[in-house]
Amino acid sequence: MSTSRTKEKRRYKMPNPSAALTDRVIMEHIDEGSRVLDLGCGDGLLLSELRRIKSAEILGVEMSRRAMIQCMTAGVPVIQADLDLGLEAFPSQSFDFAVLSQTLQQVRHPHVILEEMLRVANRALVVVPNYGHWRVRWNQLLWGRAPVSSSERYQWYNTPNLHLMSMPDFRDLVDVVEARIVKELAIIRGRAVEQAWAANVRADSAVYILERKSADAHAPMP
Amino acid sequence: MSTEDSPHKDADERSVGLVSTQYVDLFAPPQSLKVAEGNLLGPVHVAYETYGTLSEKRDNAIFVCHALTGDAHVAGRHSAKDEKTGWWDELIGPGKGLDTNKYFVICANVLGGCQGTTGPLSPKPGTETPYALEFPFVTIGDMVEVHAALVRHLGIERLLGAIGGSLGGMQALEWAARFPDMLRTAVILASGPRLSAQGIAFNAVGRRAIVTDPHFYKGNYYNQDDDPHFGLALARMVAHITYLSEASIEKKFGRRLQHSDQFAYELMRETEFQIESYLHHQGKRFVERFDANSYLYLTRAMDYFDLAKAYGSLPEAFSATQSRFLVTSYTTDWLFPIAQSREIVSALIQARRHVTAVELESPYGHDSFLLEVDQLEEMLKPFLAEAYAAN
Repeated sequence: MSTSRTKEKRRYKMPNPSAALTDRVIMEHIDEGSRVLDLGCGDGLLLSELRRIKSAEILGVEMSRRAMIQCMTAGVPVIQADLDLGLEAFPSQSFDFAVLSQTLQQVRHPHVILEEMLRVANRALVVVPNYGHWRVRWNQLLWGRAPVSSSERYQWYNTPNLHLMSMPDFRDLVDVVEARIVKELAIIRGRAVEQAWAANVRADSAVYILERKSADAHAPMP
Repeated sequence: MSTEDSPHKDADERSVGLVSTQYVDLFAPPQSLKVAEGNLLGPVHVAYETYGTLSEKRDNAIFVCHALTGDAHVAGRHSAKDEKTGWWDELIGPGKGLDTNKYFVICANVLGGCQGTTGPLSPKPGTETPYALEFPFVTIGDMVEVHAALVRHLGIERLLGAIGGSLGGMQALEWAARFPDMLRTAVILASGPRLSAQGIAFNAVGRRAIVTDPHFYKGNYYNQDDDPHFGLALARMVAHITYLSEASIEKKFGRRLQHSDQFAYELMRETEFQIESYLHHQGKRFVERFDANSYLYLTRAMDYFDLAKAYGSLPEAFSATQSRFLVTSYTTDWLFPIAQSREIVSALIQARRHVTAVELESPYGHDSFLLEVDQLEEMLKPFLAEAYAAN
């Protein structure tokens, strides 16, 4: 037992960027009075804060009934839907922002969901873990172990994360869906950094704001 | 309408207890109600029941819209001997989904019905004889118009909510569209903005069964020795199938026989399989409480309902309402399939309304909205409580 525990200790685990941090970063990049769709909105906390602080018009999408009930308790409107089945019920261009925080790596077809986000909203705000982080690489090189995240509940075989990507990988995907990156923020040790040096080595996750390439010119981002 | 009988629940603290139906006359001429094709109707007699207490601010009233063949008696019992409670008793009472400690719940029979509200069974003004088929055509809009008048008569300007399943859901949608300032929440269960062609087809079969019954007498069967109860029972049997699901029929009855382990090889034996026997029983019970003419009027009103057509488009229908919406659909419902609810949700998003939508797992088909009360209650409570507090 003790050896396996030591091995576990050595093993690097991707930190889950705290919800408070990513929520703050998202909050900073959403314009006052926007219409915001949060995909995988959980208990609806981010949305109710957006409504309170940014006077946003809000809507959540969530699969878990328990989380939906938390939304209802907070007066957050929420639609039960499986992101793997697309956003069929959502009319095109009905939101200013579609937010997908820490979920892209969990859906079956990330490119489809990105396309859908850019169909229903003018801008997509995506938070993704960065498997290009140096400790993941180090861990792989030294121990030959698959990366896992810091949540104690998950191992490589039961992780909800289906797709591992680095920042350059994600940028490729953005090209594939014919979108462009309006903003890229690397989350490095709890701080969101714009145009970080060696971001793909240092960031444990990243925030992207995307829009369609063909989209009309938007007002400059704050 | 298959709520479980629970004869020993009178002592239950969660029951509204003994209730009685009340009546009021509205739209007395010259304030007659203008229905469908411009006909005037009045006075309109309305049967209704209420449970709980109206708050001082008159802001806690919830209107329950009943489905096709329902009535005003939605909770509690009419007498201590009553074996059966109101049709949605499980949802309404102290501490229940519609908590009568908190809310004032109203339910009324619809216009065109036969359970106390003016309909084809009512005497034509100035005569003793029922309207029968001379009763003017009525729409779901007209039904809601009458109920809104009742609500105002009770001294309520704005409802905390309107809730209904199936045809009741259609009424709740109409409430939101027609009286955008009168509603703070709308709860739409197993319903849609219009009936599908398949649904119309089943209604057509039901009506055909009634009008071809030799005892229909062109609707004037009230003073005859017999009435079209075979046709009405058949209509109910057909409709009842649409309320169930393949899985629920399979589970409840399968291919089991009613009286024996072996086929009787008798062509005229009508209740050999358990499912046959069940449908016959449903038909028989139904004719005891329902009027055939009323069935014709109400199914037609349901066929005609088309919210998008009436208001230009669905988003247009919702453009003025300030109501929050809760929309539920059920996986095995094929009369109002999930896609119908999605259409409502989609239009509400487009109209930028506050909408919460859930697709519930249930084996019970269309009847789920009456049977999956626990799942409904779990959501209804926080949804209503938050809307109530947000006032």
